[in-house]
Amino acid sequence: MDFLVFQYPMITVQACLDGILLGVLFALIAYGMALQWGVMNIINIAQGDLVILGGYIAYFMYLYGIHPAWGVIVAPVIMYFVGIAIYKLVINKVVDRDLFISILATFGISILFMQLMNFAFGADVVLANSGYGTTMLFDSNVVLPNSKIFSAFISILFAACLVIYMKKSKLGRAIRATAQNARAAKILGVDTEKVYAATFGINAALCGVAGALISITFTIHPYMGLPYTIRSFMIVIVAGLGNLPGVAMSGMGLGVFEEFADYILGTEFRIGSVFLLLVLILVYRRFKLSRKREYLK
Amino acid sequence: MRLNKIILSFVSALVILLSTSVASFAKVVGDKIILGAAISLTGKYSSNGVHTQNGYNMAVDRINSMGGVKVGGKTYKFDIIYYDDESNPKRAAQLAERLISQDGVEFMLGPYSSGLTKAIAPVTEKYGVPMVEANGASRSLFTKGYKYLFAVLAPANLYLDVAIETAVELNGGKPVRIAQAFEQDAFSQDVRLGILDAAERTGSKIIIDDKLPKELNDMAATLVKVKQMKPDVLVVSGHTKGALTAIRQIAEMKVDVPMLAMTHCDAAKLSKQHGKNSQYALCASQWHKSLTYKDDFFKDGMTYAADFQKEFGYDPPYQSAESSAALLVFKDAFERANSFDQKKVRDALAATNMQTFYGNIKFAPGGQNVDKPMVLFQVMCDASGSCENKVVAPLKWASAKLIHPIPKWSER
Repeated sequence: MDFLVFQYPMITVQACLDGILLGVLFALIAYGMALQWGVMNIINIAQGDLVILGGYIAYFMYLYGIHPAWGVIVAPVIMYFVGIAIYKLVINKVVDRDLFISILATFGISILFMQLMNFAFGADVVLANSGYGTTMLFDSNVVLPNSKIFSAFISILFAACLVIYMKKSKLGRAIRATAQNARAAKILGVDTEKVYAATFGINAALCGVAGALISITFTIHPYMGLPYTIRSFMIVIVAGLGNLPGVAMSGMGLGVFEEFADYILGTEFRIGSVFLLLVLILVYRRFKLSRKREYLK
Repeated sequence: MRLNKIILSFVSALVILLSTSVASFAKVVGDKIILGAAISLTGKYSSNGVHTQNGYNMAVDRINSMGGVKVGGKTYKFDIIYYDDESNPKRAAQLAERLISQDGVEFMLGPYSSGLTKAIAPVTEKYGVPMVEANGASRSLFTKGYKYLFAVLAPANLYLDVAIETAVELNGGKPVRIAQAFEQDAFSQDVRLGILDAAERTGSKIIIDDKLPKELNDMAATLVKVKQMKPDVLVVSGHTKGALTAIRQIAEMKVDVPMLAMTHCDAAKLSKQHGKNSQYALCASQWHKSLTYKDDFFKDGMTYAADFQKEFGYDPPYQSAESSAALLVFKDAFERANSFDQKKVRDALAATNMQTFYGNIKFAPGGQNVDKPMVLFQVMCDASGSCENKVVAPLKWASAKLIHPIPKWSER
């Protein structure tokens, strides 16, 4: 599209706000992925499918007349146990193997989940209506659906709780210790098996929250998980493991970047531009790394 | 020597066995005409795949119970072999091969969606198997010179051009400003081509032309542009997710646009999922139960809808109606050909000129149905919040008057 952003300056404000609200939600999913990646060295391809499953939980509550916003409490609880179950059935068998095996395993879980959800819930696109209104700013030139504001707020709330939990609680300390050095943690008496299971459960619970929020703000469908996996992968790559402020910043950055790419390049390049950015960042990192090595020599 | 003999007799026994088993599966067995169909019973098209299958089954039962097909003085009944193509084009093509070369099927019914029909058409064409399809509307199906492909539905480029013409008419014949957003798939892009044609014809200008990604669930950016540039018409096509996303975000962002035209409203169950927010949306449809076409088997749309509701427990979407119509076309062609020769049946199909409850059917040389216009309905809600789809164009079948322009959100 031509330069709408300059013709209509309000679009810039709108794009920034939209991007930030969207980015916070991405960051929540990415945080779960970073946690799991850091602790267990597993890249979870099924991340997006866990998100969608969480969305279906909220959707079914909505269907039975319960306000879908309660999904942000119910979905993580159910998803926590789903996560533990996946860990006990599959992940604990691949957790010490190389990355390739675990990618294959989670890829398999992803396909299985997609098909099971399709089988159980049907292939229809669904959504849960929250009935939240709209906030108008700047003489109604900038509109923000309250559902988006709500989802950003809940995402921040959950992320904050998790950070405090990781810092203060015993399990949180154990998780951090395992992430630093699993073997040393084990020697010092940390039950790493339990830590792994809990980590996977917490990740699934975060996905559950995000899914419930997505069913309120966007739409869900059994096959819609992959873009969320890719975005969170991207965010984690940019931010690095164990860097929560980095995850939050790169999440919001990605959200804003996507919105601007949409206005300036056109909607068709929205996802493509994300991939392009990913490649650029990887090349840049490589470049930085090679300089460092030279210095060490 | 002896070994050779044994091998020879074994092979010949096998050949005989195979040939008889093929014969027992062939297209016409006893009093049965066996049709083949690959349908998406699982995978992402499974809901519409089931609508298609229900439509086929309903017509088979109806035709069989009302005397079947009369060919050469003998009465035959329809039967269908189904396979699940898993919504996967490659699998669909394999299954078409299997139906034709292993099961010996000589006449095919189409799958669901343009993409899968595209995958199957080269196979049926190769074997010279006539296929009547009811769910592939993409224009590219009809420009390849296929001789054995017949579609009972109107091609995709005709879905929404009525909307543009109506908008121009309501604008006093003056050109309008169009905003459009289409998913990047064969079907939606064909709908887009239709809009481009209509825009050129009427001198209208396209001011927003967005392509939506396959994983579409956010079109806020497009809608912000619409809010700022204030077009006269907004056209959206992106299957059910496009329709649902558009209505949700238009309502949330309070986007005011005088006319909103879409596809896939009934498949998306718009009025059920969105209630009053979906009000005033204009939707393109191949069929609506209130149309007054008639035939001997299903009588008319209303009767069809009632019978379908009784048998399957839901209101028939147009995907079911057009699938039922495909069987009526086959029956008619068999009787006129008075033969099961594939060539003769093909020629009879090409000469089809009939009316069914679904609409008039007459095929162009490319295979598309040129005798059935699309209808536009508008979602209309009463004060209690219950919504209904009412036909507003073409005028001949209109059961309600088009509400134009759409009232502003601040006045609703």
